[in-house]
Amino acid sequence: MNPGKIKEGHVNKDHYIRQDVFVPASNWFVAASLIAASILNFLPLQGEFLLLRPDFLAITIAYWNINYPHKMGMSVAFGLGLMMDVGNAGILGQHALAYCIVVYLTLVFGRRLRLFTPVKQAPQIGLVLLMMQWAIVLVALSTDSLLPDWQYYLATVAGALLWVPVSYLFTLLLRQKPDPDAL
Amino acid sequence: METVPQFFRHGPGPFTRLFVFILLSCLLIAEDTRLKYFPQFRQTIGVIIFPLQKIAYIPASIYDQIGEFIASFYLLEENEKLRRIYLDNREQLLKLHALEVENVQLRKLLGAVQQIETATKTKAVLAEILSTPRDPFSHKITLNKGSQHHIQLGQAVIDDQGIVGQITQLYPWSSEVTLLTDKDHSVPVQVVRNSLRSVVSGTGKNDELELRYLSVNTDIQQGDLLVTSGIGGVYPPGIPVAAVLRIERDPTGDFAQIISTPVAGVDRNRQVLVLALVQPESNESQEIPAIEPGKN
Repeated sequence: MNPGKIKEGHVNKDHYIRQDVFVPASNWFVAASLIAASILNFLPLQGEFLLLRPDFLAITIAYWNINYPHKMGMSVAFGLGLMMDVGNAGILGQHALAYCIVVYLTLVFGRRLRLFTPVKQAPQIGLVLLMMQWAIVLVALSTDSLLPDWQYYLATVAGALLWVPVSYLFTLLLRQKPDPDAL
Repeated sequence: METVPQFFRHGPGPFTRLFVFILLSCLLIAEDTRLKYFPQFRQTIGVIIFPLQKIAYIPASIYDQIGEFIASFYLLEENEKLRRIYLDNREQLLKLHALEVENVQLRKLLGAVQQIETATKTKAVLAEILSTPRDPFSHKITLNKGSQHHIQLGQAVIDDQGIVGQITQLYPWSSEVTLLTDKDHSVPVQVVRNSLRSVVSGTGKNDELELRYLSVNTDIQQGDLLVTSGIGGVYPPGIPVAAVLRIERDPTGDFAQIISTPVAGVDRNRQVLVLALVQPESNESQEIPAIEPGKN
């Protein structure tokens, strides 16, 4: 295939080069971000805010698996999912399964997703979150629940929109500080 | 012989791992919904996440404190208003006492059995809603009081309007309340207007309860208030539960379809009352004298 046929605008060369230089994220930072995300998930919100509340934990898990694969395994996601299940008073194993699916999808498509800027990643993250919600709905249906209203999927839209600021925030926090005494 | 260096070994592939975890979660789901062999497992996780829930509650309590601080400027007015309400209520309470005494006497005249302790005497514990579920499937909320605060399984939970639900899961410092709207939850009720007794059940939808198995020609109207009947011994009698929203009388069917909405709202206020269990009257007072075989 002729490489000249690829349009210049499709792949942001500068962005791709910058992305490949990984700043190492410490295990402590990963753990702290996951705990902070779980606390955000436990916030006692009510009414419309509850409908719009994105799954902060799913977004954080997606971020680590796309940008730093193998930093957190599927077993960690499973354990966090169990915590969400008990916190939500739901079926044990519901969110655990959902988060494992998020880890799988982001691991498999991670290298492709990294080619895009966070803004272009957002709709694709929305698809991943939609898959996650379907997994949750399927588990709920297995116990004779009703299908949820369309408003249930607003959380996915909110999650996709939140992906951009979260992604930029993490990159900002992980950016290597220029060392004036380096040379 | 091991030839692959440490750096290149990643263990099983993502799909294999996903498969293992899907199997594991299916087992857990089956365990949690059908088998229920290890209730301690849920308890343990509940204890682990309690600090996180407590931290997540901090913003809400700060918001409450600011609200209280602003409200303290209006304390005098509020005090005055409450005093007036208290006097009004006092008058009604006195009337109630007189009626109770009269009722007891009338019952005695009829030779009826003394009714069990009235609802006014039940003890209550104030609790705050720690979290409401994010997905529409679980009609359950978490309270910040648990078995360490002498909460027991099966206690009724009310707010200032009426019944909210019932305690169904206990942790040391928190507890779960199954709401009226849960599809597996039913409350024995009676219609205030004509004391018609029935059972109201949740439908799994928000703000919708159903009165099942009432015949098409039942005397029930739109707007009828349903209160607990006290039958079953879980809920104290006379607490509002729901108001009838709409009735569909299909003459070809056996039963009328009666939909009602709960009067209590979990999404309005953050405080609820956990009522003590209704204690049935002890049988000691009516002990049967033991027959002694020696004496005739």
